[in-house]
Amino acid sequence: MKAFSELLDRLVLTPSRNGKLRLLEDYFASVPDPDRGYGLAAITRDLDLRSVKPAMLRGLVAERFDEELFRLSYDYVGDLAETISLIWEGPGGGTRPLSQVVEQLNAASRSDAPALISGMLDRFGPAERYALLKLATGGMRVGVSSRLAKQALARFGDVDVTEIEELWHGLDPPYVSLFAWLDGQGPKPAQAAASPFRPVMLASPLAEAELETLRPQDFMAEWKWDGIRVQAASQDGVRRLYSRTGDDISAAFPDVIGDMDFDGAIDGELLVRKGDAIAPFSDLQQRLNRKTVSKAKLQAFPAFIRAYDLLHEGAENLRPLPFAKRRERLEDFAGHLPSGRFDLSPTIPFKDWAELAEARAAPPDPVIEGVMLKRLDSIYVPGRPKGPWFKWKRDPFIIDAVLMYAQRGHGKRSSFYSDYTFGVWTRDGELVPVGKAYFGFTDEELRQIDKFVRDNTRERFGPVRSVRAEPDFGLVLEVAFEGLNRSKRHKSGVAMRFPRISRLRWDKPPHEADRIETLEALLPD
Amino acid sequence: MRPDDLLHPTPQGLFCPAGNFHIDPVRPVETALITHGHADHARAGHGRVLATAQTLDIMAIRYGDGFAGATQATGDGPIRINDVEVRFHPAGHVLGSAQIAVEHDGMRIVAAGDYKRGSDPTCADFEPVPCDVFITEATFALPVFRHPGPQDEIAKLLTSLKDFPERAHLVGVYALGKAQRVIRLLRDAGYDEEIYIHGALQTLCDYYRSQGIELGALAPATRDDLSKEHFAGRVILGPPSAFAAKWAQRFPDPVIAFASGWMQVRARIRQRGVELPLVISDHCDWSELIQTIEEIDPSEVWVTHGREEALVRWCELNQRRARSLHLVGYEDEVE
Repeated sequence: MKAFSELLDRLVLTPSRNGKLRLLEDYFASVPDPDRGYGLAAITRDLDLRSVKPAMLRGLVAERFDEELFRLSYDYVGDLAETISLIWEGPGGGTRPLSQVVEQLNAASRSDAPALISGMLDRFGPAERYALLKLATGGMRVGVSSRLAKQALARFGDVDVTEIEELWHGLDPPYVSLFAWLDGQGPKPAQAAASPFRPVMLASPLAEAELETLRPQDFMAEWKWDGIRVQAASQDGVRRLYSRTGDDISAAFPDVIGDMDFDGAIDGELLVRKGDAIAPFSDLQQRLNRKTVSKAKLQAFPAFIRAYDLLHEGAENLRPLPFAKRRERLEDFAGHLPSGRFDLSPTIPFKDWAELAEARAAPPDPVIEGVMLKRLDSIYVPGRPKGPWFKWKRDPFIIDAVLMYAQRGHGKRSSFYSDYTFGVWTRDGELVPVGKAYFGFTDEELRQIDKFVRDNTRERFGPVRSVRAEPDFGLVLEVAFEGLNRSKRHKSGVAMRFPRISRLRWDKPPHEADRIETLEALLPD
Repeated sequence: MRPDDLLHPTPQGLFCPAGNFHIDPVRPVETALITHGHADHARAGHGRVLATAQTLDIMAIRYGDGFAGATQATGDGPIRINDVEVRFHPAGHVLGSAQIAVEHDGMRIVAAGDYKRGSDPTCADFEPVPCDVFITEATFALPVFRHPGPQDEIAKLLTSLKDFPERAHLVGVYALGKAQRVIRLLRDAGYDEEIYIHGALQTLCDYYRSQGIELGALAPATRDDLSKEHFAGRVILGPPSAFAAKWAQRFPDPVIAFASGWMQVRARIRQRGVELPLVISDHCDWSELIQTIEEIDPSEVWVTHGREEALVRWCELNQRRARSLHLVGYEDEVE
């Protein structure tokens, strides 16, 4: 439990991705089975513990502490588990393995649980108490995605992350067979899940110069839809919907799951409808990152899958077949599916690259973000191989905006003003913020902007500075972004997708920066 | 005589009418008795200042020689001011820090100023003084504050130096007290490398040394002849504000540490962007506050600056007379 509580504390405070990977790898290397497996499951939220309700914890506290002193403490600390972990007094001195804690929590009846928890709180130190309470209440938030945890496992065992993703849904905590394999002490575990996740094949970005080396007749083109890439697997009566990183998102999409009346695995784009049209990404977001979904959301944002590929049909694995063959099978297969819930991604006919470029410049639907090129002979392999598949994205939108506020970064950027809020001119000649970006520039450019911010600060608000932004003095930033949505939360009424700084326009006076009308013209209807 | 007649809060600070002096006044007054050199307690511009010789030295370092019309260094013995007898006793907070005992007509009030009970080789230990009214600070007066041993915290810093030898370790410390204590703790843990310090710490470190406190080899952190790589795996001490300044850009991929009692609370750690929190405090934690009240056992406790409400509540629960003074002008952030 000690190693686990230390891991949690350090993960929360380590800003860098590499730092987190290193901490996780160290944990896997230094902690024995089965503890490391339970620790992993806690972080990937795959640990199914009978949860302890906050009301029960409050009851424990009330037995020992003055209500008023506890209230004052909780007000100050702001987190129930942390307050209890700090305020609790006990003889201490008795840690126990994480696996034992997990087993005891699972074995305890509802009436035994309070005594069990308070006994553990008595024996543990503050950091372990905190870890215990977060574990028991299911509130583990340490800034580590399940994808990152899998990458740490891959690095730890020196295997490809797709191998881990493929196995993941057939494994259960504490993952002893998985760790034995990663330790080099055992065979690779067999794929055990029904309807398992099959690691996704990804496309590399196309550099336009590459087109000269490619022959149009070797490729098929289709639209790149702006939804989320998913895999719908239905085999032996088990239906699952996976994200492209292998997270099981079935619970949020009962509408899709309900209509998966087939035996196979489809690779496609998850989209939502708005009337007869495909809704923009902002509507799809209403359905994402949820554990359950309300009736109202199901009705307002009905989901469907636009099929790109067929990975499995019945017991047959289609992935070794060439793409052209899989596409034929997919066309047959999709013909039998409920049409409101599944349809086929249409192909784009073209003779040469010029014709495709024309289609790309004038897509038939606003929810298209470019075109995909797939070699007709490409077999389906996990990861992002260079060559068989390309994504040729629509060019980003570009505007010139004026730097208005700068915020200090985190970690190694904590002494740099590295997060920038920029604005454009309104009809009244004021600047209104339209977005925020913290990458896209080089280290040298970061130093230049940082100096500009420090030399031209108008006001400070904690870590934020407002900088001089006047018609004739200020810093113009060329900002690239992928799209624009309406937003009630922003004063400007618009929200950018994926904004980044593409160039510094030291040469441009701020009054020549863009106006809000330019952005408003880009909004979807 | 009621205790209030001897000493009571005013907008300037605690005032003693019989002696016509203030304790730690926040605005200029005729006569000021000062507990210690932190800027919110020791301000410039008073007519006359009484304080320990070390506190007077520290004030002169910070404000220049003419910081008050006149000064008087207090020794161990009693001093008469009009009809009142005052006496300075060590408070264990920082070098020169003192509690001020005020006695008149058989009543004694002790204003402890800021104090701590843990041992600290950079200043004299707190001395419990029997009294009728004990005025305590309440910076960390919540039962969630239980400071771990400072040696364990310094061990964390040493471990991080081993784990991340390629990164500079920037430790945020306040210039008076915390800086020298952290250096001393590092030395006592066997760390004998050169420690780099921000310019704002230099004069006070020099002063501590002149008072016989060994700090080992210190070097300025800002020298043009040292490359960025030179600072990999080194300890650099500076005021926390400097970490946001260009000053910090000279160090390789810094680990931001901060030595403060506030580092016990995760929200505070995150808010400050700290990667390595070191819970090292120059104030009492909850159990030390309670231990002190029980040990001195005054007939009344007055509570000032910090979380007064909780300490007053504890006194009520334990049948002790207590009240909050609601003094303004003291910052508990500077810890």
